[in-house]
Amino acid sequence: MIETSMTRRFSAYTQAALLLFCAMFICGSQSATAQDAGATKTVPLPIVSIGGDVTEIIYALGKADAIVAVDTTSVYPPDALKTKKNVGYMRALSTEGVLSTGGMTIVASDRAGPPEVVAALKGASITFHEIKENNSPEGIAEKIKTVGQLVGKSEEADAMAARVSAAFSRLATVRASVAKKKKVLFVLAVQDGRVTVGGRNTSADAILALAGAENAAAGVDGFKPVTDEQLVEFAPEAVVVMKRPGLKSDPVEDTRNLQGLGASPAVAGKAVFGMDGQYVLGFGPRAADAATALLVAIYPDLAPLVKAEKP
Amino acid sequence: MVSAVLDSGYRDRKRRAAMLWMASGLAVAAVLLSLAVGPTGLSFNALPRALAAAFGATDDPEALRERLVLVDIRLARTLLGGFVGAALAVAGATMQAMFRNPLADPGLIGVSSGAAFAAVATIALGQGVLGFWTQWFGIFALPLAAFLGGLVTTLCLVALASRNGQLTVGVLLLAGVAIAALAGSGSGVIAYISDDRQLRDLTLWQMGSLSGASWQKVTAVVPFAALLVILTSRLARPLNGLLLGESEAFHLGIDVERAKRLAIAATAIAVGASVAVAGVIGFVGLVVPHLVRLIAGPDNRIVLPLSAILGASLVLVADVVSRMAVRPAELPIGIVMAIIGAPIFLHLLLRRGGGVS
Repeated sequence: MIETSMTRRFSAYTQAALLLFCAMFICGSQSATAQDAGATKTVPLPIVSIGGDVTEIIYALGKADAIVAVDTTSVYPPDALKTKKNVGYMRALSTEGVLSTGGMTIVASDRAGPPEVVAALKGASITFHEIKENNSPEGIAEKIKTVGQLVGKSEEADAMAARVSAAFSRLATVRASVAKKKKVLFVLAVQDGRVTVGGRNTSADAILALAGAENAAAGVDGFKPVTDEQLVEFAPEAVVVMKRPGLKSDPVEDTRNLQGLGASPAVAGKAVFGMDGQYVLGFGPRAADAATALLVAIYPDLAPLVKAEKP
Repeated sequence: MVSAVLDSGYRDRKRRAAMLWMASGLAVAAVLLSLAVGPTGLSFNALPRALAAAFGATDDPEALRERLVLVDIRLARTLLGGFVGAALAVAGATMQAMFRNPLADPGLIGVSSGAAFAAVATIALGQGVLGFWTQWFGIFALPLAAFLGGLVTTLCLVALASRNGQLTVGVLLLAGVAIAALAGSGSGVIAYISDDRQLRDLTLWQMGSLSGASWQKVTAVVPFAALLVILTSRLARPLNGLLLGESEAFHLGIDVERAKRLAIAATAIAVGASVAVAGVIGFVGLVVPHLVRLIAGPDNRIVLPLSAILGASLVLVADVVSRMAVRPAELPIGIVMAIIGAPIFLHLLLRRGGGVS
């Protein structure tokens, strides 16, 4: 290709533009240093609670009155979205929207976003606390303690964290007596005969591991739709289906009728059951109970053992 | 016809001035509306204290809050919205003139799809394979990637459509469609491998939002705004010539190749910078120039500036709707724009039969 003077001029324009843009952005990113508020004192009220687990913990600690607004992932308890202001989806917050709720403190999961809005809120004259996402038993206990300190319920929070930890260690004892791990399929949703399952690197995989089960869909990465043929290949021994309130059709029935599961041990052994989605995947104060319930559903013969372990 | 388009008499000039004044009035109203309305309910009566806080004269927490809302949030957002609206509308007008097609859209030369692909990749892979990019540029990783993605796609397209230093508009159009499809499928693949949260992030990004407006972003777009003003002021006459056809324009003494490349450069910069700071906002580039031509005729010396002013006003009004409609949450501005834009466009189409003039 012959390069004309025009091509050169064109690329000169774009190069200049590019350089300017880069320079601007680098200058900008240097001045935008995120500050981490790690204070342990009680925070000014009311609170804007962002993240389903954060809201659930504050409610469980009996400080629902301290909350003025929540985000759309705060689905439990259902009361939260009904009685509090709704600042929208936690990854699409609006700076002025959050400020307009009159909240003095923001307690947010570290998943909140977009980053520009979070940076602006951190720079605002209200307190901003980030709660680290961690789905391990220790992480959940830590989350409860941190939130408890913030809302001035340290003692209650410590007690709750201890209860959760104890429940997790009871669960670990029961889990140790699982002789042979069952292959369990986690069904997030069934839509028109198309099924979305929870593969590895998901909260579904984490809860299955806690319940002492082997993820039948471990070959899949993330929550993905799979084909009927793939379902045959999975051949799960049990299937857990996510339910949510207000669903018109019964996802458990839909799953049972999936062609690919027709010949599976799960359907033959009537081991297809439903559980509430937020309960199982919430990873809040109820996580240990949810994992235990899941374990009992998968291994019904271990139910007496779970009962015996109860304090 | 030729003399009407390429030169205008005294009456035309007076009419043009009147239209520009009216549009400017509208824009001023839109700016004031955008500054005065927001979910916190703060308005101009808080302005003196906000300004005092902005210049460090007071550290009263209430005044600091007013400053944050009025100066850091709303003013930055208004400036950014104005830039995005003006840039997209000018880009649309430029493309419609260059392709001589009223349905041409700034997306035709691949900027939006390339930018979208880069942005989607940053959202989904920014914590994995592209971790280094997120680490280097932090909060600006996404806008920078979107801008570069758009620019690279356009450069590829220009290279594809060039033969012996000549840009073939027909090839450009078809190659643009092909490249957009390719970038779209790339975005699809990434969407498929991304997890729930990323999927939600990238869907929201594609609906556009001015919610991330900050003074840093405003400073970042200033050079582009300046560049666009210079480029478009040089483009008006050559584009008028191109309206008549390439060979006609050539015989009128217009450097056709230069005009086409300038037009593409202006569009790439305008759309690239807009998409980078606000995500994908459709319909502005399509509807505004259309509307302007209906009111003012096809002369690009008036179409370009008028498009800029009206485009800015339209985006600002849409943004006010987007922040107020579901407050304290926010409705993505892309949705608002489509709700406003699609009916206007249909109306124009049915009434005028879709002609250029």
